[in-house]
Order: sequence, then structure tokens, then C-alpha cells
Amino acid sequence: MASKAQRRSQGLIVLTATLVLIWVVIASFPFLWTLWGSFKVQGDFFSKADWTNALTGTRTIAETGGYFTLNGYEGAWIEKEFWRAALNTMVVVVCVVVISLTFGTLGGYALARSGYRYAFWLLMLALVFRAMPHITLVSGYLLPFFEWGVWGRLETSIIVLVAINQPFTLWMLHSFFLTIPKDLDESAMVDGCTRFQAFRHVIIPVMWPGVITTGLFSFLLAYNDFAVTAVLLSQENATMVPKIASFLGSTFEEGNVMFAVSAVVSATAPLFVLILFFQRQIVSGLTAGAVKG
Amino acid sequence: MPHKTFMWFILPSALAMFLFIFVPIISVIVQSMYIEHEQVLVEVENCGPFGCTVEVNVDQEAMAQLREEQPLGRFNGLGTYTNRAHLAFTEVGEAWVTSESWGTFLSAVYNLPFYKALAFTLTFTFVVTPLVLFFGLFIALGVNSLPRIFRGPTIFVSLLPMIVTPLVGSLILFWMVDAEGVLGAALQNLFDDNSLSLKASPWLTWIMLMVYGVWSSTPFAFIVFYAGLQTVPEDTLEAASLDGAGRWQKVRYVVFPYVAPLAVFITLIQLMDNFRVFEPIVGFSAQASATSLSWIIFNDLRGGDVQLFGSAAATSVLTICGVAILLTPVLIRTWRDFNRKRV
Repeated sequence: MASKAQRRSQGLIVLTATLVLIWVVIASFPFLWTLWGSFKVQGDFFSKADWTNALTGTRTIAETGGYFTLNGYEGAWIEKEFWRAALNTMVVVVCVVVISLTFGTLGGYALARSGYRYAFWLLMLALVFRAMPHITLVSGYLLPFFEWGVWGRLETSIIVLVAINQPFTLWMLHSFFLTIPKDLDESAMVDGCTRFQAFRHVIIPVMWPGVITTGLFSFLLAYNDFAVTAVLLSQENATMVPKIASFLGSTFEEGNVMFAVSAVVSATAPLFVLILFFQRQIVSGLTAGAVKG
Repeated sequence: MPHKTFMWFILPSALAMFLFIFVPIISVIVQSMYIEHEQVLVEVENCGPFGCTVEVNVDQEAMAQLREEQPLGRFNGLGTYTNRAHLAFTEVGEAWVTSESWGTFLSAVYNLPFYKALAFTLTFTFVVTPLVLFFGLFIALGVNSLPRIFRGPTIFVSLLPMIVTPLVGSLILFWMVDAEGVLGAALQNLFDDNSLSLKASPWLTWIMLMVYGVWSSTPFAFIVFYAGLQTVPEDTLEAASLDGAGRWQKVRYVVFPYVAPLAVFITLIQLMDNFRVFEPIVGFSAQASATSLSWIIFNDLRGGDVQLFGSAAATSVLTICGVAILLTPVLIRTWRDFNRKRV
């Protein structure tokens, strides 16, 4: 740290520290503000008259008697049945992650171990597929899905999300598999394993970090998706994100905004926990494609 | 790995991609050639005590049967592409002939839905991407010079805007800058102008959407650059100092060459992601002043009572062409690299 190359003048340290601090505030303040506001009534959250109302909770005290209120959460989770959306999200996300990883590890392993030219072209094709805006693909599914009567079901969305996820999963797992030496599976095969046994019993056990990292990104894609789930799921099967969007339709009915605010906070909480526990994996995943490749 | 083993390993993944990415692309191309059935009208005579009136109604039964027989609709060739909602050749041609200056021509074209969306999508892509690169590198250099204990928490906080659901992230910002939100009200007080509001001004909406874009994508660039900075060897920096390089020169001649390949990677990912900008428009309810290509497809599918499959498909095909144009330089480069390696 104290090497000559990195020593800096006092003024520069203060300047960079200030700029980083500004960034930290920009990145975190909106979340803190919304979290705080979700326990207030609408009059305080959108406190046009006097912004300190949001901090002191004047209207909240006047309307509910308490300093904090759970009205927004109650309305969203119970009255508007947000719990159902949360349950749907859980089903979708777990299935997408498990299936994506199964398909992805098999394919990524094959791509990393095949020296033929078609493996390279497959990866390039996957890159092109990765660039396709999701809504254009959805527009291709919608009519056939209506015709076959599979529109609106969770299974349909799951398989679509898995497929949309594949290009990215393949790329990431492929670059993780490249870091595992070829000798490992080759020696297992010399010892009499078939290719699949070598993959299953020798490679996968040392691949766990890569699989977990890729799993996190599959999770994020499925959890954060709006384009696919909003169009392909029926009202009662809606996951959290389309459900939040549906709250907005009736936004300026008094109180309903607070339903959306508390639903937004509820949907962000799992992500917050995710970063808390998996920060290292997320960072390594973001850089896997760039630094190694 | 022998071809046969390779095939079995790749099969599930390839099949999923073929069925749900490749086939839909074909499907939108086919759908874009068709258009909704014309309504079958029947005249119904209603006779009451005050005489008879003739009403024209839509024959629902005949319509249902028609849809049953031809679910795609009727064949329209390339008609959908050239109509007013898409490339609008007639309208653009007319505007070209009638308008006297570039300004009036452009504003006439901008009023056509497809070009309006295209204008925003391209502006968003080419404004947000460079800004993300710039701020990402800047923050990475800043964090890199901080003492080690502060780095972890900074990265933790920085990940939030990126990882949060795009719709949720844009809503969170929207509620703050809304005329009644804390930042919106503060701005009104600051400029002493009560009419200053996001909804009323197209320019503010555009700027706000781009602010959201930069806010949510900068962490990605930051993390990648930050990881890249860790690989810059200390020795080279020290050698540069000994040779008399200043702080800026070290960044310019030692650090930049190390992070340049990362910048290419970030640019590629950002171009792809920004070109499909969609959720912020829903979150900010910005459709009155800013629409994107993805948004007009969504609107055709979910917006009205009737789903305009043909129209959505035509826009999709045009969007895919846009993506192809964006990706061509990258693909050509990769192909050259690949050929060079083989020789």
C-alpha cells in the first residue's frame, strides 16, 4: 500500500474520498428513503408541503396515531394478495435456477472441452441470442402459446426464462470450466470413468464456486424479469414484478401508492440479503467474463 | 471430445435455445407478414314502437370462426412494415416533399410512433453507454485509492442500484423526483417554479430516464474496472514513477492500456442492454414523452383491448435488425481474431 507508486498527496485523497462518498450517497439514499417512507402514510411519503414531514411523520401520527404504520404492507400483502405473487416468484425462480444450471453445466462443459470450430460458432451464436431484446422473443411466443392453450401458466414462463437465460449461463460456465485443468477429467477417464462419470464425480465437485456464481445470476434474471412474466402470465399467476406494475394502474387512488411502495420494499429485501451473503461471488461473476476471457 | 459426446452434452441447452430463441425469431418474421382480420359487419334491423333503425354490428360468431380458421390473420405481405405505425414510407416521403427546412422535416418524422421510439432508444443507448464507462472508471480509480477497510462497504452499496429489479429501481427514483416527491418538491422550491414537473416536460423525462440508466449501470462498469485495476502490476507503475511520469501520465500510459479490453467488454454488454431499454419507461410512466422500441412492442401486445400481433412482430423484426447492426462490428472483429489464430 505504501509503495511509492501509490502515494498520493493529501488534497487528492480528500477529493477522491469526497467523490466516492457522493457516489455512495447517490447509490444508497433512494433505497433508505423508500424503506423509511414505506412505514408512513402517503401524505408523508409524498410530502409536498414540507419535506420534513416525511421524517417526523406528522400525517402518519395524525392519521394512524402511531409514528410508524404497517398499513401499506397490510394492504399489499393481505388485501391485494401480494403473498400469492411472492409464492409464484419463489416457484419460478427456484425452477429456473435449477433447470438453467443443469442444462448450462452440461453445455458449458462440452463447449470448454471441445476443440472443434463449431464450439466457437455456438458460443458466437449464443452471444447473438444474448443480445435479442426479450420482448421481441415474447412477441414471437404469444400467439402460438394462445393457440396451444399454454398461455398464463407458470411452467410456460419457467421454460421460456430458462431458454432466455441459456446464452448467458453457457458463457459464464464455459469460462469457469476453462479454468479447471483438462488433466483432471482425462486422468479420471484413464481410470475407467466414462465422460459423463468424470463430469459428474470429478469436475462438478471442484466446480461448485462457479456453479454458485452462475446460479446467482440466473436467480437475478428470473427474479428481475418483467418483459416475459408481464406478458406470459395470467393475473392470478403473476409474479412479484408484474404485480407491482399492476398496482400502478390504480395509483392515485389514495393509499394505493403506499401498497406499491411497500411491495417494492418487500421485493428488494431478498436482493439486499443476497448481496449481503454473496457479494464476493457476484463480483467474481461480473468479472469472470471480462478479466479471464 | 468426440462429436457424439459433445452433441449429447450440449443437447438440452441447444434444444432450449433453438425452441425458445431461434424459433420465436422465425415466428415473428412470419407473424409480421400477417395482419388482423377485417371485422365482419352485419346490419341488424331493430324495430321498436318508434319505427325501425338499422344498426351495423360486428358479427362475433363469424369473427370467431375466421380466427379459428386462420389464427395468424390475413396475409399482408410487407404492408405492416410500411404503414404509418412502422417505417411509414408514405408519410416520410410526404414530409420530405412538403417541409422546407430540416427542422420541420425532422419534427414531422419524430411525430411518427416508430421514429419517435427509435430516436429515444438510440439517444438513450449512445448517451448512457459512454457516461457509464466514464463514471465507472472514475469511481473504480477513486475506490482503488481508498484504504482497504472502506472498499468492501463501498462495493456493497454500489451493487444495490445494479442488482435491484429494473422496474423497482425506476419506481424508487420516480417516487423521489415526482412533483410531490422529496427531490421533485425540492427542485420546485429551488427554481421557484410550481409548474416544474417530470410529467409536463419531455426534456426532463428524457434526462431523468438517462439518469436512471447511468445510475443503474455504472456499478457494473465500476466493478469490472475495479477488478481490472487489481491486475495492473505495481512494478510497472513504480517504473513509470522512476521515469518521471506524473499522476495523470501514469493513468494515461499504464492504467488505460490495462483496462482498455475491459472497456470493450463493458461497451458491448451496455450497448446490448441499453438498446432494449423498457422497464424504466413503465416505471416512470414516461410513455407520453419517451417511448422505446421494446415499449411499443409491449404496448401492442398488452396496451389495448385487441392484441396487435402483426404490428408487434413487425416492430420486433425491425428491432432485431437494429441489434444485428449494433453487433456487426463486434462479430467481424471476433471473426478476424479467430481466423488470425488459426493461421
